Amino acid sequence: MAYDDCEIRRQADHGDCPAPVAVKILIAGGFGAGKTTLVSSLTEISPLRTEEDLTRPGTVIDSVAGVGGKRTTTVAMDFGRLTIHAGLVVYIFGMPGQERFWFMWDDLSYGSLGAVVLADTRRLADCFPAIDYFEHLRTPFVVALNRFDGARTHELSDVRGALDIDPHVPIVTCDARERATCRDALVTLVEHAAALVAPVARAPESERAAAVRTSRR
Amino acid sequence: MVRPYWLVRGKTSRSGEGLDVIAMVHSLRRAVPDRTDLEPEHLAVLQLCASPRSVADLASILKLPLAVVRIMLADLRDQGLVSVRRPRSDGHADLRLLREVADGLRRL
Repeated sequence: MAYDDCEIRRQADHGDCPAPVAVKILIAGGFGAGKTTLVSSLTEISPLRTEEDLTRPGTVIDSVAGVGGKRTTTVAMDFGRLTIHAGLVVYIFGMPGQERFWFMWDDLSYGSLGAVVLADTRRLADCFPAIDYFEHLRTPFVVALNRFDGARTHELSDVRGALDIDPHVPIVTCDARERATCRDALVTLVEHAAALVAPVARAPESERAAAVRTSRR
Repeated sequence: MVRPYWLVRGKTSRSGEGLDVIAMVHSLRRAVPDRTDLEPEHLAVLQLCASPRSVADLASILKLPLAVVRIMLADLRDQGLVSVRRPRSDGHADLRLLREVADGLRRL
């Protein structure tokens, strides 16, 4: 695994205690889709929040002098952590759903392995912006329907039709309150990302589609 | 909220470039003797980063906005007190890494 070039200097200072490799998985979806719940279910640590304090949209921080009379907006981002082993840690970040915070998505999504887009079937359109965003960036993503009772097959195909996504994009169900199903959604995402890198043998029709998609990257 | 802005002393977000939310920060010297020019929060960061910590972890533990933490870390990095390792930009295309993550997640 690649480290940047301060590794040698750092090892000289720290001996054999290098920082673990950190990877990022994003949780996106509309307001109320269940992002906070999902992150809380997964994380090994108490659900943590980071805050970004904004003096105005598009500016992360203003000068000290400017703080006084301006209205401030605070956006809290849920994040969680999953330690795979001492050398590898997965961070999961809830992407703020409101449109005025979309400018933060680039910052959060840099270098991510991929995203789980939580969809609420009652408000399916709420996840369109996230899907558009990840398709544009060619970030691997899966769609997860947050359901406690599972979803019938025709519902999944209805959702697929409504979302107009690539046929290879997995649509799964999960119960955001239950860790195992959330974990399974993450596994599906990572496996999907792996398949995008190295497509396994498929039926001829889908193989052509996969080849086209791979060559576009 | 006055205190966090005092910590950055008028600097802009440009100082915090390169400090991704999952960049790993590690203190370069355990003992920071008599550093009266460092704010208590900077000293707290150095203590916390005796073991590597991500920027997000630090912001959450310190209960400070990400932007403020980033500027503090940029200061500490400029003074040679912490090392910062950026995350990779191409992890999503590393098959070995992806498989390792998937296997690890399945074991949880």
